Amino acid sequence: MIASRIDEALPSLEADGGARPAIEARDLRKRFGDFEAVRGVTFDVMPGETFGFLGPNGAGKSTTISMLCTLLKPSGGTALVAGHDVVAARAEVRRRIGLVFQDTTLDDYLTAAENLSFHAELYGVPKHLARQRLQQVLEMVGLWDRRDSITRTFSGGMKRRLEIARGLLHSPRVLFLDEPTVGLDPQTRLHIWTYINELKRREQITMFLTTHYMEEAEYCDRLAIMDNGVIVVTGTPEELKAGIGKDRVELRTDDDELARRRLKEVFGIEAAGGDGVVFQVEHGEEFIPRLFASLGVGIRSVSVARPTLDDVFMEHTGRTIRDAESSGSGIRNNPFVRAQAGRR
Amino acid sequence: MATGTATLDVVPVTEARASWGDALRAVRVVWKRELIRWSRNRTRILTTLVQPVLFLFVLGSGLASLLPRQGGGLDFRTFMFPGVLAMVVLFTSIFSAVSIVWDREFGFMREMMVAPVPRSALVIGKCLGGATVATIQGTILLSLAGLVHVPYNPLLIVTLLAEMALTAFTLTSFGVFAASRMQQVESFQVVMQLFVFPMFFLSGAVFPLTDLPRWLDVLTKIDPLTYAVDAIRRAILSHVALGPGSSNLAHPLTWGHWALPTGFELGIVAVVGLALIGGAIAQFSRAE
Ligand SMILES: Nc1ncnc2c1ncn2[C@@H]1O[C@H](COP(=O)(O)OP(=O)(O)OP(=O)(O)O)[C@@H](O)[C@H]1O
Ligand SMILES: [Mg+2]
Repeated sequence: MIASRIDEALPSLEADGGARPAIEARDLRKRFGDFEAVRGVTFDVMPGETFGFLGPNGAGKSTTISMLCTLLKPSGGTALVAGHDVVAARAEVRRRIGLVFQDTTLDDYLTAAENLSFHAELYGVPKHLARQRLQQVLEMVGLWDRRDSITRTFSGGMKRRLEIARGLLHSPRVLFLDEPTVGLDPQTRLHIWTYINELKRREQITMFLTTHYMEEAEYCDRLAIMDNGVIVVTGTPEELKAGIGKDRVELRTDDDELARRRLKEVFGIEAAGGDGVVFQVEHGEEFIPRLFASLGVGIRSVSVARPTLDDVFMEHTGRTIRDAESSGSGIRNNPFVRAQAGRR
Repeated sequence: MATGTATLDVVPVTEARASWGDALRAVRVVWKRELIRWSRNRTRILTTLVQPVLFLFVLGSGLASLLPRQGGGLDFRTFMFPGVLAMVVLFTSIFSAVSIVWDREFGFMREMMVAPVPRSALVIGKCLGGATVATIQGTILLSLAGLVHVPYNPLLIVTLLAEMALTAFTLTSFGVFAASRMQQVESFQVVMQLFVFPMFFLSGAVFPLTDLPRWLDVLTKIDPLTYAVDAIRRAILSHVALGPGSSNLAHPLTWGHWALPTGFELGIVAVVGLALIGGAIAQFSRAE
């Protein structure tokens, strides 16, 4: 499984004329006042790869993207995107990237086609190519029929698809997608992922995306799990899950509080809080009989599951991503990120 | 869903070099957006025209009845006409400029900020767009000239268009500069109360600037809009037959005893505009 993924990545490396990473970040940092939002991240993204940042609210994902796409100046470290430094060669970087921001950045008064034409002109797409390309991308996201509608009348999912189309319009080398599906219903999320996967197949493009949906992280070739401004682990989804070697056990008991205490006393296991009792243990099925024998708290139900990315997250951060979300408090006074608060 | 359509070829358009062409294109596209947005917003077109019309015909007629009108004297509404032209230009310009704050609030600003074009081009496009829209609105109001005894003289109309365009440019630059420092839509109210309304009332749009108390006189001379209103008024009055009783309303603007030439007044307006657009460009290029 892992091997086949690497094989898939190879042709695009060669086609790009070498194995130069599409994104190289070295000890990238961002400080806001006395709060460091990104605390030294280092990673490479290879051409043609789909690379994901997975992490809870406030982890620093959007801040990292903003630095990579030259909107924020790093307070430390360096980054090259498409071979150009994000500080020294901003214009060169901007020319080669496409962006889909976490919050909508469409002009509500313009039609879908006008939004795209505006973009094409800003990016200097030659007129004759622009028309053909505009049709291609709009057809790809299924909005060609709605090209003359004012975008104010679009649903959240349509706006998102239009933004993805716009991000692709100028054929960028690297496409950044910041939470491409946040705030959308499951069906629309699935649609968007259909487009993104389709894109991977059709265009020779490197994608960098962020998400806090575990299921979506599975679509990435490689993942970095981010928490509190640092990358805690990097790998393919399979590697990450295989690295855990433990199963996930979820209990419903008569007294969760007591059950957690007993787990610690009897088995030396730390269970995560929240809804029910969740913990990880090797050979889950064999553990269950011992649990029933010695827990001493009424058990209403048990489920044992193979590790998921959520477990990977828990393994490396000591919390489930949902806990991390609910405790995450962010001051959002940045004009660039402020609008996203309303979306949640 | 549109899967299975023709494959998307990789179009190598992104490698284009940075050039003057990029900058000019950016100016044009931002300018065009401004016009499209204006043409889509009918209520805005109407509301910014209603207020000046009310001023002209309600306030203007009311005040006119206070003044003794001698035979052949200047109609007070004719006197006010340049003021309401300035008014429509002022409010339209500020309104256009302040949409920057909305753009920031609703994210569109970032679409422009990450584009591979100089920020100065975005600012210039915005200012020219706002100025164009304001000039068009002013022109709509100008079509009422006949109702206040201002002749439809081609030379006069061309002069007024040019003067309104310059005024609109300076005022939009002022608005863009103010907006570049504003983070919240609410600050717009503050700018209106603190700058825009005083600028309007001090400009001589609704009363003559002769024989004012010293402090008020100084304030009116600080207001750049004063010079624009006076220049427009000079142009109009030069095409209206003035009777003997109108001298008070027809006085030119003076510094001490020096009656300012119109060219000098327009020069002041232009310099202020350039300074403000320069400031706005600096603000936007700095932001990071
Ligand atoms: N301009 C700013 N000034 C101060 N703090 C900021 C600023 N921008 C971001 N932060 C803080 O930096 C941290 C990381 O924010 P960031 O938006 O990168 O998180 P994220 O991982 O994208 O989260 P989410 O999933 O909610 O989008 C947060 O605590 C946020 O409050
Ligand atoms: Mg984010």
